[in-house]
Formats: sequence, structure tokens, C-alpha cells
Amino acid sequence: MTIPEASLSTHRILVCCGTGCLANGAWEVYQALRSSLQGQPASVHPVREAVATGCHGLCARGPFVRILPDDIVYCQVQAGDVAEIVASTLEGGPPIKRLLFRDAQTKQVLTRPEDFPFYRQQHKIVLRNVGEIDPTSLQDYLARGGYRSLEKALLMEPDDIINEVISAGLRGRGGGGFPTGVKWRACAQASGAPRYIICNGDEGDPGAFMDESVMEGDPHSVLEGMIIGARAVNASQGFIYVRDEYARSIICLQKAIEDARHAGFLGDRILNSDFSFDVELVRGGGAFVCGEETALMASIEGSIGEPRDKYRYPTESGLWGQPTLINNVETWANIPYILDKGAAHFASLGTAGSKGTKVFSVVGKAVHTGLVEVPMGSSLRHIIDDIAGGAPWGRQLKAVQIGGPSGGCIPEAMLDLEVDFDSLTGAGAMMGSGGIIVMDDRTCMVEVARYYMEFLAGESCGKCLPCREGIDYMLGILTRLCHGRGTEADLERLQDICTTLQAASLCNLGKTAPNPVLSTVKYFREEYLAHIQEHRCPAGICRDLTTFSIDPDLCNGCTLCLKFCPVDAIEGAAKQVHVIDQTRCIRCGECFEQCRQDAVVIGGR
Amino acid sequence: MPITSFPEESQAAFLAIISEYPGEKRYIIPIMHHLNKYYHYLPRPALELTAQHTGVPFSQVYSMATFYKAFSLVPRGCHHFKVCDGTTCHIKGSRLITDELQKHLGIKIGETSSDRQFSMETVNCIGACAIAPALLADDKVYPRVTPASVRKIIQEYGGCSHDHS
Repeated sequence: MTIPEASLSTHRILVCCGTGCLANGAWEVYQALRSSLQGQPASVHPVREAVATGCHGLCARGPFVRILPDDIVYCQVQAGDVAEIVASTLEGGPPIKRLLFRDAQTKQVLTRPEDFPFYRQQHKIVLRNVGEIDPTSLQDYLARGGYRSLEKALLMEPDDIINEVISAGLRGRGGGGFPTGVKWRACAQASGAPRYIICNGDEGDPGAFMDESVMEGDPHSVLEGMIIGARAVNASQGFIYVRDEYARSIICLQKAIEDARHAGFLGDRILNSDFSFDVELVRGGGAFVCGEETALMASIEGSIGEPRDKYRYPTESGLWGQPTLINNVETWANIPYILDKGAAHFASLGTAGSKGTKVFSVVGKAVHTGLVEVPMGSSLRHIIDDIAGGAPWGRQLKAVQIGGPSGGCIPEAMLDLEVDFDSLTGAGAMMGSGGIIVMDDRTCMVEVARYYMEFLAGESCGKCLPCREGIDYMLGILTRLCHGRGTEADLERLQDICTTLQAASLCNLGKTAPNPVLSTVKYFREEYLAHIQEHRCPAGICRDLTTFSIDPDLCNGCTLCLKFCPVDAIEGAAKQVHVIDQTRCIRCGECFEQCRQDAVVIGGR
Repeated sequence: MPITSFPEESQAAFLAIISEYPGEKRYIIPIMHHLNKYYHYLPRPALELTAQHTGVPFSQVYSMATFYKAFSLVPRGCHHFKVCDGTTCHIKGSRLITDELQKHLGIKIGETSSDRQFSMETVNCIGACAIAPALLADDKVYPRVTPASVRKIIQEYGGCSHDHS
């Protein structure tokens, strides 16, 4: 059986329907476009086609509409703009200026994606199809060369597939960084049947959404990777474990599984070979710890998601005690590409120890928040300043939090570090799953550490004592610090608890939990000391330690802060100096954010 | 109108849902998802029937219901607000949104209003980081929410019109 030929129409209008764009009204835009295009006269050739795609990456400026073949990109499109797009742009008129992307820094107006600094400097492997195709269409995936790698793999010896993955140098993208091919080999060599394949789609790190984007935007690439993996280790059944919060990912994957089954890519005797394999979707229950592989397997089995010790790896004894190969979404999506282009091509990208690319979600206080895929070894500064546009107007970039709750905060001065699996460990952080949270002068590092401890205290499964009690104790200390009731001895106590957690926790949730605390204490000690000694929060975030007031010399009476104050605590009239009523002020900082004159001043209490 | 539009909680109705799944341990979470979607919480008798159906002790089923955050053991409101408190939303002011919601709805995090119209909670990252801070009202994501826009959003959610099909 051969794969049917498929091609994409040249005249397509791609509407980004990723989570970010949908929240801004992309679905309404898509619907409006579809109904406008339905009225096309039969004489129009080739026929224009509206396509709802996955995430285009530049979420900050959505909804995004890309018109092919002219390759014009419109940003922040609303349903009301569609009539004009159809009447003007599709008729060959000049691009509509107000919908074009305007670079905030250079003031340039950009039309084609290749002109955008955001896109131009990316290298897409994992996201190769995301945003280009309709994720619910198998035809679209086939037209992009989909399932050709599977066809190839079915003709290869399982050992040769494994060798190819090993020489590609692919490492686990979920954060662990374990060499993927080595894991495959271990599973292939373990005895026992049946064998299982798992795709870990329990993307729990707050601030990371690259897996979501792949599952929503190119679900077949994940499936194809899994089928190839199953062939390599001779597994008969696969599971995709998707976190509960990703409702759209579940819909897209379910559709992909059904279509793949129907087309003979899944099920009995795949593509008429002697190989059979099927995949089942499992919806998580909303527990961060289930991203840990042994906890995830416990959850599939129908238990609470508690990790276990790993004297025996899942490759030997995993799901229901059987040999199990578990990889993350992004890892699986790399597999078809590696088989298609060859290990040597893949390994030519990246650093000595980390090959290929990595998808980062650059979020927080950056101008172009969204998804960025770059070769391993790109510097943080390149990713944040050159691609994501740096900190917004008038703000000072202070730190970058990378690696989720297991990672750490890296100060601005160290942003020239090149990111790969090994480089950040020395700085007290890690690449992890690739969430980059940009923080500016209005982010309190003590509060950030407190936030992570609160998060982890809620997510610790409670099985081992150091994690259960240690994190809670640190949360208590950090909460005290945020209220201005801490002492310098608290800093030493934090260090002590961190050492214990690193040494004695059962799984990586506990072992890496100290990172946010240790890195902030190390690089932002003066901010801790300001809370302790001066009872002051330099960022103006900790409410018990903050007051906002208006400098009468700088206030020009524009009334902007007054309009935005949620509790009407600001008094004043146009062109008169405003005053904040301290008894009513709730210290939300909205006035500070709004003021264009820098007249709002942060003070201590 | 609001309360009467909730589905009736009866043994037969519970069983109709539960028996859609094979009686195996691994189907406990899918059963709970189904029950929770339908009733907006997990009624205790339904959990007891789940335990019977899957042959797992009730204590274990109950521990799962409390372990996983997707499930609620108390009835949730007709309209359920989730304030995203992922890192990005947090540093972009999700706390202010939580405060405003609590003020306008008259309930605290994790509570349901007495007429079962509204309930609210904070959740971990919903993956909408690029448009933070985000608020999830039922299934709709609101981007870049400010304290001022919270009131407008609440007004969109009037009567109880949940579709339980």
C-alpha cells in the first residue's frame, strides 16, 4: 500500500487558531472569511480557501491572518476587517496598512513573514507544519510529506532506526535531556511483551506551551513519531497522556488518531506490513506531578499520580510492569524529521552535546511574546532581544526565569549564556522544557520565589517527607519575607532546607524545587535584604511593604491613572496634580503602569 | 431557574454514565471526568458506584477524587471562573483579577455562590501565557484581563444555560 499523493492549494488564507488568537476572536475571523469566500464566482481560479491553522507563534499580535501566495501577514484582525480583506487584498489591491505588523522599535511596517525579525531568525523543525496546515486534515499533513518517514521506517530494520536516532544525537525535550536513542535501545533490549509507547503531553510547567502548540497544530507529526518508535522497539500499544487543561489538544489528537486509523497508518498491519500498533488518548486529571514519568504511568493505570523510585527504569518495567518507552511531545515530533532528512543533517545543528533545535515559549515582560524555535546553543539575549523584541517600552529587563518550577532565575548580566541541555546548570537554572519568562523591574524576585514554592507546595504529591514538609516550610519563610517579617537568619534556613531537598527527595519535583529559591537568593540578595532590613519591596509588588504616591513636580494632570484606578483612590482633575488617597489605595500598581510621566513613585511603608 | 436546570442526581443516572466504561481500574479517571462534566462535581453516591463498578476500594477512588484537581467534591456553579495563576499571569497581575472577582461575585477562591450561579478557582498555567493575564470563564479564554474588565466579563454571564447534553 502506498501513501496517496496530496498537495496544498496555492491560494490559501491561513487563520491562526491557536489558543492566544482564539481568545482574541480568531474563530469569528475564520467563520467570516469562510462565508465570504463561499460566494466566490465559479470563474475565480484558483479557488481561495480559508484554513484554520495551529499557532503561528507571534501570539502577542493575534489574531493572525496570512494570505498566500502573496504572503501578506495581517495582525490583530477582527471579523469586521474580513469584508475589506476580501474586497481589496484578495483582488490584488495594496496591503491594508492598519492591519500590517508595525515594529514598535524600528517603526517599520512589515508585510511578509520573512521580513519579521521574529520569524527570520528562527529555524523550524518541530514547528515545521504548525501554522502551515489545517491540523484536523490528514490530507494537509500528507501534502507536507507526512507519513513518508513511517513508510521508510517500515522498510528498515528496527536496529537501524534506533541507530539513526542515536547518531542524530536527539535528547529528551521534556527537560531531562536523556539521549533518546539510548532509551529506545534499552527498551528494545528489555524482555517482555506486550510493550508500550507513551507520549508525555502533560505539559505542566507554568509558562510553557510548546507541546500544546504541536498537539493542536500538527498532531500527526507526534503520532508518526510514536508509530516509528513503536516499530523500533516492537511495541503494540501506545498512549498519549494529555493534561486536562488542554481541551483543544485532545480534540485535535483524537481526530488525528481516527484519521490515521482509517487511512491505515494505525491499527492492524500498518501500510500492509506485518507491524500492528494502535494509540489511545488518556486525559489527565490536573496534577503537575504527573509530568514525572512514573507518576504519569500510575495515572494511566488508574491510581493517584505518585512517582516511584527508579531502581528499574520504565524501559524495563513501566506501564503495568511491562517495558515502556516514554518520550515527550516535542521529542516525538522530531522523529519523522530525523528519518526524513537523515541523522547527519539533524546533528549538524546545535552544540556538541545538544543537537537540533529547541522550541521556547518567550513570555512575560517581552514585546513579542510567543513561540520561538532556534538551534540549540542560541544565547538567551539573542532569543529575548533579537527575536522577541526585548522588554517593553520604558522597562528594564531584570531577570529571566527558565525551566519552570525546576529552573532558576538568571540575572540580566548573564543573558549571553548559550542555552542547551548542559550550559545553564552551572548558573543554577536549566533549560527544562523551554519556558522563558522575562521579568522586568516590576517583578519582585522574593515574591517570584514565594510563588514557585506555593505552586510546588500545592503540587507535591506528599509521598516523601523532604518535599512535602520542606517546600511548605520554605513557603512559610518566603511569605513572611514578603510581609516584611523576615530576618537574615531566614536566608540561611532557606539554604539548609534546599540542601536537604536536593539530597533526599524521591523524584525530581522535590530535588529541583530549591532552584527558584537558591537562584534568587544568589543573584538578587539585595532585594531580599531590602525586604528584611528596610521593609521595602523595590519592585512595588509586596503590598505590605509598598506605597504609591504621585510626584507633584512630574504629574501633568492627564487623568490616565485616575481612570484606571479600580477603587477610585486617586483625586484630581484635568491639568491638576493628582493625589492618591492612601487609606483607599489597594496597592495594585495600576497607576504606576499607566503613567507616562514617571510621576507615580514606589515607596516603602 | 438556575437550580432546576441542574441534572437530577439519581442512582440510575449515575449508573447510566458509569456503565458506559469497562469495569477496570484504569477507567476511574475517565468516569470521573464524565461525571464531573455532567454534574459539575462528583456526588459521593456516584463515587461509591464507581468503586463498585471498577472493583476498587472506595477509599482509593475517593483519594483519586481529592488528588486530581480537575475534580470537585462540592457542587460548582453554573458558570465557573478560572483565574490563571501560571507564572506569567502571576507576574502580570492575576492577583488583582482574583481580588476583583471575589469582590464582585461575593465568594472566595474555591467557593460556589449560594444560588449555584457562580463559582471560582485559581488554576495553574492554561497555556495562554502570551496573552497574560488570562481568565477562563466556562470554556472561553479572556486575554489581557484588567481589574476594570472583570466587571464587564461577569455581566456577560447571566442566567444558567449550561448544556448538559
